[in-house]
Amino acid sequence: MKSAAEALKGFKKFNPKKLPVEEPLTPGHRACQGCGEVLALRQVMKALGHDTIVASATGCMEIITSSYPHSAWKVPWLHVAFENAAAVASGIEVGYKALMRKGKIPEKKVTFVGMGGDGATADIGMQALSGALERGHNFIYLCFDNEAYMNTGIQRSSSTPYGASTTTSPAGKKSIGQSTWKKNMAAIAVAHGTPYVATCNPYYYLDLMNKAKKASLVEGPAYLHIYSPCPTGWRCNPEEALTTARLAVQTKIFPLYEVIDGKYVMSRKISKPKPVSEYFAIQRRFRHLGEADIAYIQKRIDEEYNHLLLLAGETPGGEGEAKEE
Amino acid sequence: MAKETGMISWKELALGCAVTRPGSAMDLKTGDWRSQRPVTDFEKCTKCGMCYIFCPDMVYSQKPEGFYEANMYYCKGCGICAKECPADAITMVEESV
Amino acid sequence: MGKRIGIEVSLAVSEAAKLANVDVISAYPITPQTHIVEHLSELVADGHLDAEFIPVESEHSAMSACIGASAAGARTFTSTCAQGLALMLEICYIAAALRLPIVMAMANRSLSGPISIWNDHGDLMMARDSGWIQLVAENGQEAFDLTIQAFRIAEDHRVLLPVIVNLDGFTLSHVIEPIEILSQEEVDKYLPPYKPKMWLDLKNPITMGAVGIPEVYTEAKKAQDEALKGAKPVVIEAWNEFAKLFGRKYQPVETYKTEGADTLLVTMGSTTETAMTAVDAMRAAGRKVGIVRIRLYRPFPKEEFLAAVKGAKQLAVMDRALAFSGMETGPLATEIKAVLYDQAQKPYVWNFIAGLAGRDISVENFTEMADGVEAAAADKLPQGATWTNVRE
Repeated sequence: MKSAAEALKGFKKFNPKKLPVEEPLTPGHRACQGCGEVLALRQVMKALGHDTIVASATGCMEIITSSYPHSAWKVPWLHVAFENAAAVASGIEVGYKALMRKGKIPEKKVTFVGMGGDGATADIGMQALSGALERGHNFIYLCFDNEAYMNTGIQRSSSTPYGASTTTSPAGKKSIGQSTWKKNMAAIAVAHGTPYVATCNPYYYLDLMNKAKKASLVEGPAYLHIYSPCPTGWRCNPEEALTTARLAVQTKIFPLYEVIDGKYVMSRKISKPKPVSEYFAIQRRFRHLGEADIAYIQKRIDEEYNHLLLLAGETPGGEGEAKEE
Repeated sequence: MAKETGMISWKELALGCAVTRPGSAMDLKTGDWRSQRPVTDFEKCTKCGMCYIFCPDMVYSQKPEGFYEANMYYCKGCGICAKECPADAITMVEESV
Repeated sequence: MGKRIGIEVSLAVSEAAKLANVDVISAYPITPQTHIVEHLSELVADGHLDAEFIPVESEHSAMSACIGASAAGARTFTSTCAQGLALMLEICYIAAALRLPIVMAMANRSLSGPISIWNDHGDLMMARDSGWIQLVAENGQEAFDLTIQAFRIAEDHRVLLPVIVNLDGFTLSHVIEPIEILSQEEVDKYLPPYKPKMWLDLKNPITMGAVGIPEVYTEAKKAQDEALKGAKPVVIEAWNEFAKLFGRKYQPVETYKTEGADTLLVTMGSTTETAMTAVDAMRAAGRKVGIVRIRLYRPFPKEEFLAAVKGAKQLAVMDRALAFSGMETGPLATEIKAVLYDQAQKPYVWNFIAGLAGRDISVENFTEMADGVEAAAADKLPQGATWTNVRE
């Protein structure tokens, strides 16, 4: 089996002036106004194209795109349950593999996708994901991370950031909101030996689309962790969905990187990082945080980012110019 | 009408209650949701396409001259396009009553 | 031509799946099903079976991957029992609702708690309401035959529902019996290749598993219910065809020495063969006793059952599982009483809870059941249940 690096040799990036016009995801879906998650999904699907089969977990993207009799999907799509998208995708991939090998259907390059939110991925779907990654299925797993169980009403997940207020980790007199640090799903995917792992963000759409395309070219599993702004759950204005996305990267809260055959590669250099307080200021889920809380978070964010740079073989502090797309 | 709303006899349902018309969601007029709409000043528009690629509802499409036009059938009035337009060419105006 | 060999029943079930040329097996081991999946693994590893074996990390993922593979258009097989079934049950309901013709061998085992690896029908009953077709084997030949037939029934476009083949764990799965293993040519004559009616096809992209809004859920379930009801004639047709080709006849309700019987034992599964020994002795002693054996459990063959018990005065219904109804009636007995309810002439029913988690049911126990129901009927006791072999 080819390594990811070999599969990606000569990779042709998307031309911003000639983006694919295909929309495998159609308008008429029921996402909230300003939903950053469906935007990210749209961008991924444009990058992947129509020869894609999607297995979706229960969640926002499933509900808003498949309310009978309306389907926003122009590719084959299957939803089964909340915690098993990765297992269902495994089955589809293997089914096609068997049928092609036995000559029952013509050989064809098909991209197999398993997708779910942070709940369906990091919590209830963790086992199925781990199994699928370990078995090495040739598929892409997409985690659309809006940092809580949004579809059921903004309940906390293990992906909810420290200090965020959700309905099951509400900020209060005796609570700072979420009291645990965000689970690092990308690191977990890397620990499974996943050949291609990347973090993505819909504001940095070219980076996102290139990574989605790369994921489809790699043999074996690929894991994409996709930052998905949720104005409804994060309590910001709908039009600020992409502002939060931009600030998430610029404050180093959501760094953009790839891990190719276990090697970390930064996608973006942040030469003049913004303080995390700017990110928190526009989201009411963080408005209860005091100076000490923000200082603590800033310190941890800085440490984690520096650690990431070390993993990527780069020197913290000596990053040079911000790299623009 | 019945077919669009899904109110058909059990005998007419597709196998396993599948939706067999790809993209049938395009029937749904999500434009009814909005309380404000984007208006583009084409004098200022630089045809950069940010409104197109940042719209969660795929509202924008490119006209032959290169400008991007919004399809009001689907636009939910979220305001992302107006906020992100680098040329400040898009303004959100109150939807007429 | 088929070869009659001594073979462990589990392995015969694997051989049936192999002869059916399954495309995908997605399974997780659980005692006493393990030999079925292990043997299939070996067959794939040695190239005897051209299939993909997915060693999933749990039963929940096993059934999930089965759904994925079946939806992709592949002939799909799995096996489980008891706790494994319980873990995948959520997904089983969905498989039936999605109308996917998955075949599952169930090496019947008791449900926890307490944890028990030994045989009873707890899992068979647990799957009752899932929408799956359920067939019941009494011996190794039946386990093999039913597995082959299961694919044909499931994949028939008039059915398109998943099928469970029940075989008692250990007491049937692990015994070596003489079984005629059909040849590949014979199976190919009986079982056509799988042609899905609807699948995840790039050329015809469909959405499977959409949200069942209140305006459609009832209709979706009615359609599924009608499909399950409509499966019975297809099952019978498949069995008649099998009989024509291979000489072994299967019926939704089988009988044994029921002619002129006043008392009938009602059984399911391998303990039936023990009951036959008891009935042989009772008949030899002049008692008019017989056995009614349920072969097709879901959809329940109401007409065939009523025909089989017609004229009987009392039924001793054996349940090998509990329903915890709080009403002194196990799941099979409850269903049978419902079936009998509107009959002008209906036999008296006494329920025997027997053989839970591997507790032996002896020939004497079956004689006691016949004695018990006759005595209760004579005393006109309100219909109730006896726990066979329980230590009071």
